[in-house]
Amino acid sequence: MKSQQAWRRGKKMSLTRNEVERVSLLARLQLTEDDLETMTTQLNQIVGYVEQLAQLPTDNIQPMAHGVERFNVFANDERRPSLPCDEALTNAPRRDDDCYLVPAVLGD
Amino acid sequence: MADLTDYTAVKLLSLLQAGELTSTELTKAYLDRIEACDQKIGSFLRTDPEESLKHAAAMDRRRNAGESPGPLAGLPIALKDNLCTRGQTTTCGSRMLENFKPPYDATVVEKLREAGAIPLGKTNLDEFAMGGSTESSALGETCNPWNTTCIPGGSSGGAATCIASGMSPLSIGSDTGGSIRQPAAFCGVVGLKPTYGRVSRMGLVAFASSLDQIGPLARTAEDAALLLEVIAGHDARDSTSLDQSVPRYRSVLQQPLKGLKLGVVEEHFGEGLDAEVESAVRESIRVYQELGAKITSVSLPHSEYAIATYYVIAPCEASSNLARYDGVHYGYRTDENILHATLKQQRSGLSATDDEQALNNLDSPLVRLYRQTRAEGFGAEVKRRIMLGTYALSAGYYEAYYLKALKVRRLIRQDYDEAFREVDLVIGPVTPTPAFPRGSKIDDPLAMYLGDLYTVSANLAGVPAISIPCGFSNAGLPIGLQLQGPPLSEDRLLQAAHWFQKETAWHQRRPALN
Amino acid sequence: MMSDKPYKIVIGLETHVQLLTETKLFCRCQNRFGGPPNTQTCPVCIGLPGTLPVMNRKAFQLSLITAIALNCEVPKFTKWDRKSYYYPDLPKGYQISQYDLPMSQNGWLEISDPQGNFDSKRVGIIRAHLEEDAGKSMHDELAGKADSRIDLNRTGTPLLEIVSCPEMYSSLEAKTYLTELKLLLTYLEVSDCNMQEGSLRVDANINLHVDTPQGKVATPIVEVKNMNSFRAVERALDYEAQRQYSEWQEAGKKLGDVPKQTRGWDDGAQVTRAQRSKEESSDYRYFPDPDLVPVIVEPEEVEQVRQSLGELPAVLRKRLQTDYSIKPYDANVTVNQGPKFAEYFIRLAETSGDPQQASNWMQQEVLRTLNEESWAVDEFPVTPDELSQLLQAVQKGEIDRSRAREVFREMTMQGNSFQQAMQSLGIEQVDQSALLQLCEQLLTEFPQIVADVKAGKQQALGRIIGEAKRRNPNVNPGQFRQPCLDLIEQK
Repeated sequence: MKSQQAWRRGKKMSLTRNEVERVSLLARLQLTEDDLETMTTQLNQIVGYVEQLAQLPTDNIQPMAHGVERFNVFANDERRPSLPCDEALTNAPRRDDDCYLVPAVLGD
Repeated sequence: MADLTDYTAVKLLSLLQAGELTSTELTKAYLDRIEACDQKIGSFLRTDPEESLKHAAAMDRRRNAGESPGPLAGLPIALKDNLCTRGQTTTCGSRMLENFKPPYDATVVEKLREAGAIPLGKTNLDEFAMGGSTESSALGETCNPWNTTCIPGGSSGGAATCIASGMSPLSIGSDTGGSIRQPAAFCGVVGLKPTYGRVSRMGLVAFASSLDQIGPLARTAEDAALLLEVIAGHDARDSTSLDQSVPRYRSVLQQPLKGLKLGVVEEHFGEGLDAEVESAVRESIRVYQELGAKITSVSLPHSEYAIATYYVIAPCEASSNLARYDGVHYGYRTDENILHATLKQQRSGLSATDDEQALNNLDSPLVRLYRQTRAEGFGAEVKRRIMLGTYALSAGYYEAYYLKALKVRRLIRQDYDEAFREVDLVIGPVTPTPAFPRGSKIDDPLAMYLGDLYTVSANLAGVPAISIPCGFSNAGLPIGLQLQGPPLSEDRLLQAAHWFQKETAWHQRRPALN
Repeated sequence: MMSDKPYKIVIGLETHVQLLTETKLFCRCQNRFGGPPNTQTCPVCIGLPGTLPVMNRKAFQLSLITAIALNCEVPKFTKWDRKSYYYPDLPKGYQISQYDLPMSQNGWLEISDPQGNFDSKRVGIIRAHLEEDAGKSMHDELAGKADSRIDLNRTGTPLLEIVSCPEMYSSLEAKTYLTELKLLLTYLEVSDCNMQEGSLRVDANINLHVDTPQGKVATPIVEVKNMNSFRAVERALDYEAQRQYSEWQEAGKKLGDVPKQTRGWDDGAQVTRAQRSKEESSDYRYFPDPDLVPVIVEPEEVEQVRQSLGELPAVLRKRLQTDYSIKPYDANVTVNQGPKFAEYFIRLAETSGDPQQASNWMQQEVLRTLNEESWAVDEFPVTPDELSQLLQAVQKGEIDRSRAREVFREMTMQGNSFQQAMQSLGIEQVDQSALLQLCEQLLTEFPQIVADVKAGKQQALGRIIGEAKRRNPNVNPGQFRQPCLDLIEQK
């Protein structure tokens, strides 16, 4: 806990507002000016806290990306029924007879 | 007959099996209880009494016809609203999925139906299970039944409160960093997070895939064992599901504890632990000693890094898991007329000032559709975690944050492996404090995150852990005891919890709701 | 080949190949081209909340076979990663692909040109990895700025991405590489490689190494997309090389001066055009997919697959030359027509006992018919054994070449056996006495010819042979000639 308190107080702001804005485009989130302000402050707090990980030597440690260490899980190449078109599109916010509709992707 | 909603699931099941009680009567009793109490508590986002009673009647008919309709036949159960239910709204407490109806059932939901359980309704949660207070739900408030000005914990707030307030004998939650155990502790019920892979995740709306695990909440360890036996097991539709047989948990419970080696986690009794919580937990350790357990001290040396590790890995996975909510194929979509009008206005504004660069950078209608949809569809906590995860995975930061966290995760797992060479289970608190007042941490996300201190490690390591009621604060709020074990030691955990409950009466207390 | 130009073209190719599986890579929807929109999808490939991927065993095996046939190393450990970007035909918001630990790497493919335009060479394969395909966005440009329609049938189809080293130095080399790659994939039966249907897609990276007084200078690398045929690849690369040289002369930009550009091939206008791309789009935020577990391939398994590969084009070409003594050019044509064609040839060569004649027939009559009728080898109605009877008859001189072609036509068009075709054309063996009788008669009718031949004008015999064939079409000139000469001698 001690180190945690220290990290909370001591860490300087490292994420700029511009960076937060760049990330918001990557994340496809529209943030208002106020959102950006708050987000920048809060992300800096959290990132500041998280940076304590850097203290820990981990040179020869294998990363652990999975909750369970299993290998070679396969399914057989055997067909199962697909959803009928109408059922597949049932939750679509906007659709025509057989497709999902979105604003034009060209001119992107 | 006394109030049915006061009984344990095991007791109710024996009454049903003996023909002394019908599922219809029982279901009706719980629906009445929900009707009477849920306005105050807010456990449920939706119930469908008609549908529940229909299931109950069908179960009664099958039992009367002499069929053996499954191990949970006729018992009502509540489902956290991040479990997909076919044709029924599954919201994750988010505006994004307010009207989403999955065309399939989660594997767990399928198994429960096959076992004859009666679905009572879908319970409230933090939005997409991200939070520890259920305050981030966009679709409803949930209160702690012991003190309605306090939070119930989260994210499985509805799942825990419906048990604590007698609105369901059993419920299903999900636990990514403590989301079953922490609300269980705050509400005075039992909550188990199984070994990663023990219960299929198929149909559980993902928050952080390598950490998420479905588990039971109930009043007693015995009830939890009854439920786990039904939902556990291999599922070919989940590549991370463990291909191991499911023990008969309930029969293991009865074996005596003698010789059990319990390790007290040194690091879980440091700075920040509330004195009342500490004394309740220490008292519980004494109970185990009396039960014949051998108590030693163990160290999980990387515990202090668990929160930092968790708050890198979980947001990274979440940022990716939640990318699919973009308003294209399902879920919420922003109003396109407003969108086009806004863009047009912005374009002409920029043209007027000859700001060519800004004009170039202006979102296309499609990009704006994504951004606006997600801005309106997600709440603040979800956005924060998406931003955090997107940042941590972005070019130049991946190694410093994500990869580093994966390595520390390995160290945390190794700590457990080390500890379990010495002891059978480790013991400690679930939370540093009892439930806190609503709104008290809402603007301080980091403070909220720090409350997950003792729970996140089990998720990072993939090991099972259980929360059991072990006392009350002076203010009358429940306190939880946490036991953690090596992979696939659910039987041991439940057995230890069961014997504790035979010795103590904490789980028999009921909040005054009237 | 390009030695006349003051620069060298450097080309690397990225090929995406759809694998021939029954079902998709991570769900069990049917993997087939051309169904009505959104009829081959399920919760998993639509990316509905709560769904999880499970890897198709067959898709992995086909990838393994291909990787090994491409002489790649197969590391013991491989995993799948999420590649994040937003596009409406990518419903999860990420593509499951492979990033830092692909299933195979460091292989090569040998290419050569029978015309000798370049020396035989091995083109390096940087990696081949298994990933999922995206769906389709359809936009009607004529309808203006309205909507795009999204069809997810293709979403989740297994793709093998094969990335070559930048080691091809002309559009011909690039085309040859693609042809050879396609042929290999066809022999392995891992893909049908249909570019029209998109089961084989090619992107090219190209730049120039320009000779300058200061030494060689590399120009910026351009990625070229939207090439829908090998011919388009060849033309796009030729165009792009010239365009880059002009640009170099004008602007003098070197590699590293500008960000990598993406250009699309416009087949109608025969030009490449710059495609707009936002800077942020390249930040894919790869990380290991926690929903899929890694795969471990033991070296013994790799060896096992290697043993079971069967005869691949390069080996088969050599064998046709040694076992059947056909010319390198003929072996090349035969093998390049695909495994079924080569198999047909081998059977025909074996049964007819005359490989060179078999090769000639295959490359002339058979190939022409296949092309004219747009038949696959499978659909060719004449079995090699039937065709072999025809070839043997020709060989024995029982029937001349032009008659044989008629018989061949009858066999292919009417689906007749050799015997039936001979009968229906009224072809019978003309016996020796009938032949002599006809000869006697003609020599009596045309005394001048007898005189001419006797005077040494052998070519005068042609008239008699022509007349003999006119009176009896079954007369084989080869068989007629000698008896006729003998009779004239006796006169």
